Amino acid sequence: MTPMSAQLPFDAGFGVYIHWPFCASKCPYCDFNSHVRHAPVDEARYVAAFRREIAHQAELAPGRTVSTIFLGGGTPSLMRPGTVGAILDAVAANWAVAPDVEVTLEANPTSVEAARLRGYRAAGVNRVSLGVQAMNDRDLVALGRLHSAEEAMAAVKVAASVFDRYSFDLIYARPDQTPGAWAAELKEAIGHAAEHLSLYQLTIEPGTMFERLRDAGKLVVPDADAARALYETTREVCEAHGLPAYEISNHARPGAECRHNLVYWRYGEYAGVGPGAHARLATATGRLALSTELVPENWLAKVEAEGHGVTEVERLSPESQGDEFLLMGLRLVEGVDQARYEALAGRTLDPRRIDDLARERLVERTPDGKLRVTREGFPVLDAIVADLAA
Amino acid sequence: MSEHPISNIRNFSIVAHIDHGKSTLADRLIQATGGLSEREMVDQVLDSMEIERERGITIKAQTVRLEYKAKDGQTYVLNLMDTPGHVDFAYEVSRSLAACEGSLLVVDASQGVEAQTLANVYHALDANHEIVPVLNKIDLPAAEPDRIKAQIEEVIGLDASDAVPISAKTGLGIDLVLEAIVQKLPPPKGDETAPLKALLVDSWYDAYLGVVVLVRIIDGTLKKGADITMMGTGARYEVDRIGVFRPKMTDVEKLGPGEVGYITAQIKQVADTRVGDTITETRRQTPAALPGFKPAQPVVFCGLFPVDAADFEDLRAAMGKLRLNDASFSYEMESSAALGFGFRCGFLGLLHLEIIQERLEREFNLDLIATAPSVVYRIHMKTGEEIELHNPADMPDVMKIEEIHEPWIRATILTPDEYLGGILKLCQDRRGAQIDLNYVGKRAMVVYDLPLNEVVFDFYDRLKSISKGYASFDYTITDYRAGDLVKMSILVNAEPVDALSMLVHRTRAEMRGRAMCEKLKELIPQHLFQIPIQAAIGGKIIARETISALRKDVTAKCYGGDVSRKRKLLDKQKEGKKRMRQFGRVEIPQEAFIAALKMDS
Repeated sequence: MTPMSAQLPFDAGFGVYIHWPFCASKCPYCDFNSHVRHAPVDEARYVAAFRREIAHQAELAPGRTVSTIFLGGGTPSLMRPGTVGAILDAVAANWAVAPDVEVTLEANPTSVEAARLRGYRAAGVNRVSLGVQAMNDRDLVALGRLHSAEEAMAAVKVAASVFDRYSFDLIYARPDQTPGAWAAELKEAIGHAAEHLSLYQLTIEPGTMFERLRDAGKLVVPDADAARALYETTREVCEAHGLPAYEISNHARPGAECRHNLVYWRYGEYAGVGPGAHARLATATGRLALSTELVPENWLAKVEAEGHGVTEVERLSPESQGDEFLLMGLRLVEGVDQARYEALAGRTLDPRRIDDLARERLVERTPDGKLRVTREGFPVLDAIVADLAA
Repeated sequence: MSEHPISNIRNFSIVAHIDHGKSTLADRLIQATGGLSEREMVDQVLDSMEIERERGITIKAQTVRLEYKAKDGQTYVLNLMDTPGHVDFAYEVSRSLAACEGSLLVVDASQGVEAQTLANVYHALDANHEIVPVLNKIDLPAAEPDRIKAQIEEVIGLDASDAVPISAKTGLGIDLVLEAIVQKLPPPKGDETAPLKALLVDSWYDAYLGVVVLVRIIDGTLKKGADITMMGTGARYEVDRIGVFRPKMTDVEKLGPGEVGYITAQIKQVADTRVGDTITETRRQTPAALPGFKPAQPVVFCGLFPVDAADFEDLRAAMGKLRLNDASFSYEMESSAALGFGFRCGFLGLLHLEIIQERLEREFNLDLIATAPSVVYRIHMKTGEEIELHNPADMPDVMKIEEIHEPWIRATILTPDEYLGGILKLCQDRRGAQIDLNYVGKRAMVVYDLPLNEVVFDFYDRLKSISKGYASFDYTITDYRAGDLVKMSILVNAEPVDALSMLVHRTRAEMRGRAMCEKLKELIPQHLFQIPIQAAIGGKIIARETISALRKDVTAKCYGGDVSRKRKLLDKQKEGKKRMRQFGRVEIPQEAFIAALKMDS
């Protein structure tokens, strides 16, 4: 087995992910673990369960210093600020917390949720990520969002006044979207953005309403060439406005990257708490992949009965670790350290494959021994990873 | 069976086109003479193999002995020899016919004479058969007995005035058929005291009895315990069982001249028996073997590969088992960069190929890939040497070749005249030379000489589609002729793909090459780079397509909760890649080869 020391050049940090699984409504493109409940959710009961699951994962990975916390969902902004505070307290009770800890909360930009932002800040949140998704009402309706564009921009304004750091999401490559229209919309969005934007190409995921609409011929998304053109537009506009991409879909002023997500992409260590959460913990028996019960009520019952909601524990083989490292790391503009790949996977990347890909200008080697995907390579990243991992 | 004098024996076969009612008539004859009770009748008793039943064709010759009390008060022994009905088995047909003195020519009273009927009736005439025309399906409203009689007279030149009108389905006229067999067909001739001379009509493998040999006694008597010699192979055996089919196997003490029956003799495999061989007594041999014996000669070759490489040994075992029962099919190991390990197999024809492939898949549960069928080319080298080429991949250096010869066939096609234009064009396109064209009522009969190489490539399917299924087709191999043949290679990203190379006529190469390139363009998935697909003759590119590089394949969102799912997807992709065949940097899914080789559909 690879010695632990080789696996842990962990400047990637230690992140804690908290999953709040409830939404006010299900968006037609979303395949996340989110659930709509008509009865009010007993937040206190969930807090108690979160507390127990946090303690359980702290037992598996004791002594870490938490560098980032991310409250995702679902819609965490449906939680009362006090609930958020209690969960953050539980994290601090089980691990040391770095003084510069980044605490992000995902929020929907409705007026109701915007009104809670100050409360979240008081609870310890220092960064918000708002699901704006589009800058015009017609597309917001098509995307099944509950807010208007005006409401969203108002929420962004509130976030800007409350937090030093905030980000918002947009979805592009929408039906009939032209590069020109998207560039204009994006520029408008950048006008409201401070330091960070997540810009996702619309993807038709299996099992979603959009998939059914597409299969029925009622939803036509841009083809590969059109989607690629929109991707180029995104890169150009963001770069020109000082928000270069640092990951496939994430753009930030240098230094303002989401540190929590960097933990994932740099293949660091993270706890995952709540229904359907995933963790990667470096333990004495190797790197473990944990996942928890998906259905909120079942997760709750399981935690109350057993002290945790974990349904699956997999000790990752060197091959799996190498694969995950590539899957995540090559998403970053900075690329991956080949020496670390070798330490994790127990093998080297085939230099001939790298040469072939480099000849096609899809990847490049950096002077410091890193391998990174080029701008031409990013639109076909999945195929590149499949090639390198084979 | 001494209770019946040789003058009371009639050996006959039935000549008919598929669907014209041969098997149904056979069933009725068995029933009418009490060979099987109603309860024991399974439809079409004689076509006992599953595939034979499904396709309504006969692959192995079979026989049944009927006892019929005729109107003259005497009891006759009628041996019905069911012959294979397809051109692939022309040699087997000729041997079966040689065991009979007469034939029933069954023609559908509404459809009339078909190409296959014609070919088989000529075989029967070649065997000096007396022929009794039978008009079947006379009960159908569309029946036109007078027109069909005229057609039989015109096309075949047989007197059809006494044609027996029947309905095999309802049983109408079966008694008339039996009387006609007795009255019109001659009895066999033979000398009971002469040395044994028997025709080996067919043989097959039986799980309990070993190899069972179907024989027709010409002269002499065959008894249990006899020491026999197969004159063609020289092999000696002791006969341990003799019998006849009624249709159930029934042991008898001996078989005399004119009789048809089976023997078993501790013969290990069917390959030890040769259809058409002469069986004689070892110690008192007949001075002259029967004429017309020739070993089975494969005409069409193709590679058969297991879809899953792990099934290779199973395929080998299955081929061994099939060959136990079918000595006319041959196989030898072959390896291909595209398809892995498999076998190069030789067949009597395309139907034979299909049957073997289907039996391997069905009876042995194997998934197979068949490469494009190829004929046997004779390559005349500059050194004067002659090479038989079964596999385009083995083609010698062109510079050393003087000439390439290919097999030609004479094809007879019968078609309603509205499809004639399309059929003539098809034959012309396939390098055919018209030999004859005439009309029989509203049907045209065309005779063409065609290179077999053009026929194995989707000719039959095209013919069927042009004529909406109405044209019938039959052929015999005639000769070898020199042709301007070239080896066409298919290159994927400049790497030749062995399984796709073929010999084609120079004039046809471009069209075939373009079709293959277009097909591959659809079948090979996009890669991270552009892939040229080319068809080439030597160094010259004759067709080209390009698969453009992949434009977009990226996951928009991938966070901590997505890794496991993405990794499992990647695992699947890696598994998939393992099953792909690598040609240089191009990975080609095996399914692409399977589909590319199915060009003819």
